[in-house]
Amino acid sequence: MSDIAIKAENLSKAYQLGDFGTGTLSNDINRWWSLVRGKEDPFLKIGEANDRAIKGTTDVVWSLKDLNFEIKQGDAVGIIGRNGAGKSTLLKLLSRVTAPTTGMIKAKGRIASLLEVGTGFHPDLTGRENIFLNGAILGMRKYEIARKFDEIVDFSGVERYIDTPVKRYSSGMYVRLAFAIAAYLESEILIVDEVLAVGDAEFQRKCLGKMSEVSKGEGRTVLFVSHNLNSVLTLCAKGIYLKNGALELSANIDEVVRAYAKERDTEYSRDVKIISEGKQAWLSNFKITDHAGSEHLEMESPVLIEVEVESTAQFDNIQIGIGINDYNEVRLLTLFSKFYNKAFTLHQGSNKLSCKMDRLNLKPGLYKVEIFIGSDHLNLDYYSSGLQFEIFPSLNTNHLLPDSSQGSMFVNQNWF
Amino acid sequence: MDTNSTNQEWDLEIKPHDTVFNLHLKDVWNYRDLLWLLVRRDFVSFYKQTILGPLWFFIQPIFTTIVFTFVFGKLANIQTGSAPQPLFYMAGTIAWNYFADCLNKTSTVFRDNAGIFGKVYFPRLIMPLSIVVSNLVKFGVQFLLFFILFGYYLIRYHFFGAKEPVIPNWYILLFPVIMLAMAWLGLGIGLIITALTTKYRDLAFVVTFGMQLFMYATPVIYPLSSVLNKYHGIIAYNPMSGLIETFRYAFTGSGTFFAGPFLYSLAASILFFLVGLVVFNRVEKNFVDTI
Repeated sequence: MSDIAIKAENLSKAYQLGDFGTGTLSNDINRWWSLVRGKEDPFLKIGEANDRAIKGTTDVVWSLKDLNFEIKQGDAVGIIGRNGAGKSTLLKLLSRVTAPTTGMIKAKGRIASLLEVGTGFHPDLTGRENIFLNGAILGMRKYEIARKFDEIVDFSGVERYIDTPVKRYSSGMYVRLAFAIAAYLESEILIVDEVLAVGDAEFQRKCLGKMSEVSKGEGRTVLFVSHNLNSVLTLCAKGIYLKNGALELSANIDEVVRAYAKERDTEYSRDVKIISEGKQAWLSNFKITDHAGSEHLEMESPVLIEVEVESTAQFDNIQIGIGINDYNEVRLLTLFSKFYNKAFTLHQGSNKLSCKMDRLNLKPGLYKVEIFIGSDHLNLDYYSSGLQFEIFPSLNTNHLLPDSSQGSMFVNQNWF
Repeated sequence: MDTNSTNQEWDLEIKPHDTVFNLHLKDVWNYRDLLWLLVRRDFVSFYKQTILGPLWFFIQPIFTTIVFTFVFGKLANIQTGSAPQPLFYMAGTIAWNYFADCLNKTSTVFRDNAGIFGKVYFPRLIMPLSIVVSNLVKFGVQFLLFFILFGYYLIRYHFFGAKEPVIPNWYILLFPVIMLAMAWLGLGIGLIITALTTKYRDLAFVVTFGMQLFMYATPVIYPLSSVLNKYHGIIAYNPMSGLIETFRYAFTGSGTFFAGPFLYSLAASILFFLVGLVVFNRVEKNFVDTI
């Protein structure tokens, strides 16, 4: 089918920054006055890209700017981008929670959006009553819900509690029930935000399974936003990559993920912020690459770490420690030259120390690095200012990956 | 592909602005089940974990009537016309509460539901409509109470020769119109207020105490006839006056039917309702950004 399910034309959305209050009333009057005279909104003229890192000159910011894309019927599309790239704004526009500032979206078929699970759940109502209420909020007719009621209860696995008020549910049960309702929506287009970050592993798998069933099996259009490149890769065939509110790339998911990964690579470019004050030696550069020198590390890549240390004098018997933490600051791995009774001598000036490994056995994700330079008695530098690197999923593996509850490591396994 | 997409029929177009009078009523109709479920939710959650349950709907008007009868009737000795005082006050109270609840609840509909509205689309008008229907049902329950009291005084007057006359008349046929007009008025004003308070909340503070004061500018605790000459301005321009007075007159026969104020009230209700709809409709698309 080559029919277009969603088409965005010059889609833009502007937001006003800062607090409403002083200043906004006069702006509002000003704005109203120009509208009355048939002029353009004076506060929207100056278009600024939405880069939260840069201080702007106006307090109007374009969260999305001139977006054009088409999504075909039956496609599963992953929307990726950094925080603040406009993903959520796009979802909000698509799900009609808020209106675009300019431009238009055209859609064919019913749109159901899942920006959150359990929207409108009333704590005092029972599971049964909430299924009907929530289903209706999501746009289902009562008879549709009644027809699917048993399936929903079955999928959620909370049958025993179905006549208990949901405020007595465990948070897991609550989410299960909420997702189950959404999973049985009958809409041609389904929009899903990162709601899968909830529930236990078994349920997450079930949700992903259900979603791919929806897109692949039933031929419905699915839009999926996630920071988890893994689930985007497994679920989606097409991808949209947003950057600072503009469309960077709309293509096959592999291509889009690769472009995004490359961008992230430069963003987390292992840049060391040199902090030399009061130190005799300090970390001046950190590089993590594969053996061929590429900075795009996939799961199975062999790894080479190069540490550069700037020293003001000569030091003997120096150890290098490299701690790798996950994003919750849990230490996963420590590389330490002392483990191998290897000591370095730092000379005055720049020193390069390297470590080579077959692989890190870390599953795809973002990792933080801490680096220690010193000896048993001497702490020359301890660098923990947010060095990061990322492991990307290999695009051509034949195995699944552990989810968040199954640990951070992955080793190749040979089952027989 | 281009020709394909230009020829295509779209079910939905999401645009920055619609025409002012596109109220998406078809959409509202499609979501009618939600309306009923919301009303149901309001009721079920109201008496969950209470011992008296739905009886609470009766308690408020009973006690208000008792207090009003005592304070305004006995202590302040305000003329209530020929009707028995409890009946007079209860008629005023339940009708006024119905209107006031409609207005109060709809005037905060954006703020109260910002969470839901920010996450999922359904025709926003469903929410205020469900409030009005909920209140209508609540009024229905309270009207039952009024009806019992009404029956009691009616029988007492006709069969036991009590002094206070209760003479229902044909204006009772206007009852549905009155209910509708009060709903329109409450909904209309409420919608305007909620639309105006998405960005600046000042007005919301006025509503809470304003409604209390507004009650005294409405013939709830006194008959319209007693003030019409003296304070003609305030009371007669208040669109609630004609409605409450007609409601009470139709059932008790106390007072007179003022055709002028009634028609004026009706017209004002419709006007407020339409303006409210348009304003609400204009604001609903973007209020999430500012609330």
